Amino acid sequence: MDIHALQQIVHRTRDARRKQTIPKFSPADRDQLIHKYHPDFRASAYRSIRFGPNEGEKTVVELATLLEGDSPIHDDLDLTPQYQTDVLVIGGGGAGCAAALHAQGAGAKTILATKLRLGDSNSVMAQGGMQVSVAPEDSPVTHFLDTLKGGHMENDHALLKVMVEEGPSIAKWLLELGVLFDRQADGNLHVKKGGGSSKPRLVTCSDYTGLEIMRVLKDEVLNQKIQLLEFAAAIELLSDDSGACTGAIFKDLDNQRHVVVAAKSVILATGGIGRLHIQGFPTSNHYGATGDGLCLSYRMGAKLAHIDTFQYHPSGAVYPEQLIGALVTEGIRSEGGQLVNAKGDRFVNELDTRDVVSSSIIRECEEGRGIRTMSGRVGVWLDTPILDAEHGAGTVEKHFPAMMLQFERFGIDISKDPVLIYPTLHYQNGGVKIDTNSETNVKNLFVAGEASGGLHGRNRLMGNSLLDLMVYGKRSGLTAAGRAGSMKQGKLTLKHLERFRAEAKQHGNVSGVISPMILPAYTRKVG
Amino acid sequence: MATDDTQNVIDQPEVMKPRMATIEIAGKKVEVPEGITVVKAMWYAGIDVVRGIGCLGGFCGACATYYRTKDDPKVRTCLACQTAVQDGMCFTMMPPFPARKATYEIQKLQDPKQDLFNFYPEAPLCRNCNACTEACPQRIDVREGVWKAVFGDFKSVSEMFMDCVMCGMCTPVCIADIAPNLVALYVSRAQGAHFAEKPIGLDTRIKEIQDGRFNDEWNNILKMSDKELAEHCATVR
Repeated sequence: MDIHALQQIVHRTRDARRKQTIPKFSPADRDQLIHKYHPDFRASAYRSIRFGPNEGEKTVVELATLLEGDSPIHDDLDLTPQYQTDVLVIGGGGAGCAAALHAQGAGAKTILATKLRLGDSNSVMAQGGMQVSVAPEDSPVTHFLDTLKGGHMENDHALLKVMVEEGPSIAKWLLELGVLFDRQADGNLHVKKGGGSSKPRLVTCSDYTGLEIMRVLKDEVLNQKIQLLEFAAAIELLSDDSGACTGAIFKDLDNQRHVVVAAKSVILATGGIGRLHIQGFPTSNHYGATGDGLCLSYRMGAKLAHIDTFQYHPSGAVYPEQLIGALVTEGIRSEGGQLVNAKGDRFVNELDTRDVVSSSIIRECEEGRGIRTMSGRVGVWLDTPILDAEHGAGTVEKHFPAMMLQFERFGIDISKDPVLIYPTLHYQNGGVKIDTNSETNVKNLFVAGEASGGLHGRNRLMGNSLLDLMVYGKRSGLTAAGRAGSMKQGKLTLKHLERFRAEAKQHGNVSGVISPMILPAYTRKVG
Repeated sequence: MATDDTQNVIDQPEVMKPRMATIEIAGKKVEVPEGITVVKAMWYAGIDVVRGIGCLGGFCGACATYYRTKDDPKVRTCLACQTAVQDGMCFTMMPPFPARKATYEIQKLQDPKQDLFNFYPEAPLCRNCNACTEACPQRIDVREGVWKAVFGDFKSVSEMFMDCVMCGMCTPVCIADIAPNLVALYVSRAQGAHFAEKPIGLDTRIKEIQDGRFNDEWNNILKMSDKELAEHCATVR
């Protein structure tokens, strides 16, 4: 049936649903649901990593293959550096910009290298907001406990405590740089409630929070004249005799040449892995989100944490085809948007944690209560017009201008018609294990942002990523800069690669691929 | 290494036989499925795209593109990841435009409204032609924004340009050589840093943390066993 006809069930059932309250799942039911339907529990999608720091641990096949992959660098590459710096930041998103600004601000010579343009990242797409415990009834401790609960109690306590305690001062830093967070009438920060949080804690800039923060940070990186290497993809790290990180090798994507950068310390802020499309999922991620930092750190001997768990954002667009995988912000659910199946029924408390909501959407679809599009995709309805019905005409347009515009371009008015959604691969919960200064077990190798792991446990709460980026971007930048003054540039060698290759050989060079991937292979092979 | 191309809808079995459209990419005719986005059309045509792709979600402004539709002389602008191709369309991606960005220490500005004329002296030369507004894929009234900036209404400008993805398509069309997006960025930052109210509650919270107001609570929860902590978490509502 035509999709527009199928939408009618949402309009017909709206009034009845408005009065309904759906209780959250009990812990037992929630566990059962997740184990049965969450993609993290599909055993067939996983395998053990055969060697390296996480030998024997399971992760998704796509990632395991890349982690075991070989470097594109030959042993005899000339390692004479083209650039020399105190701090080398790899990645131009939120964590990378925050790290570079703090490192340079602390007096260290800083180079920021990025695969695409400065700022092109997942951070720029963050719509929902940044969690900061700023409301009088809230506290950093409550923020800590909410996050811990959301992360299935597996979050690194030390990392988490630092993040929640530094949240307010990071918000102040951003305000001083000119970020325009939404305000209440009295001038205080306006806070919204996010899924899995007990208190309103999301500071927002309309539904453009990430864009607004990134516009400002990018501008500031340019104002501070931080040296930039754009279209430079990191393809290998460098290490000295002791195994400490001493720089990186890049591929200039414009001319395919190698660029060697010597650095006293390296901060990897390379983001996540959505573009690996694990388990065949569409993704909300940026074009460059191919997990490069994980492969590079792994070859250096850095230990990874929680790399068997990923976040599938409950609401990725399923229709129109042009928007497949694109995010429909959780803010819609925060304000009362309801999830509705093909029978017109609600089936989950919309503000439960993302893993629970995603699992229940998958359950509805697998059990035949989903809605199929003309191209064969399946999803459930997100009742967006209910926002106007509840809070007055114009609410959707006023609160979600980015969403309105995105759908309007394809002739869909989300204030009048519901949108079809299905979970989309959104976030890598784990990553390279770090300490509270963002340093890995490899000396002078720091990792900040989505590429790092431990902080979010097995599931990240909405709005904690933007805060993570800023707090650990800052800490990595400051620690790396602080060290620069008192240390010498280490030797540039590929010793770690020799070790890694020897180990791979013992295991029969199993992977057979070159990593990192750099960019996904979407280009159709013509002819 | 290639992955399964799940993002590329054209290869899905359900749409294996889509209606084809003849389009022109940078002057070259190609056949692509009608209705796919401009970016996907390039992939479909076998073109590797490195420059000109970013978030693929309409937020980063990397994919600024000029296009024209069949039988219409008007050259329009779009974000390539957010625009569907149609038969007879021709397009070419916009290279980075060499606009001049002023550099400034935003917190050290003494008179941000007057400083605008030092940083962007061309801003008051707007000749009201409206080309910038027509070029904006985010439907911002750019011309109005430039005027408001010049007249010191920084608050309105910051609100109007919240949608700005910094694609820069307003800049090459400006007959007065203004880069409106950069002017607006300066104005928005100045508004935030100098004219927005200071949130008292935030300062209070920062001080509470510095003064150790939550220390007892921290001490209490951080010495809990995993089981106790899980039970405690369950009580938070």
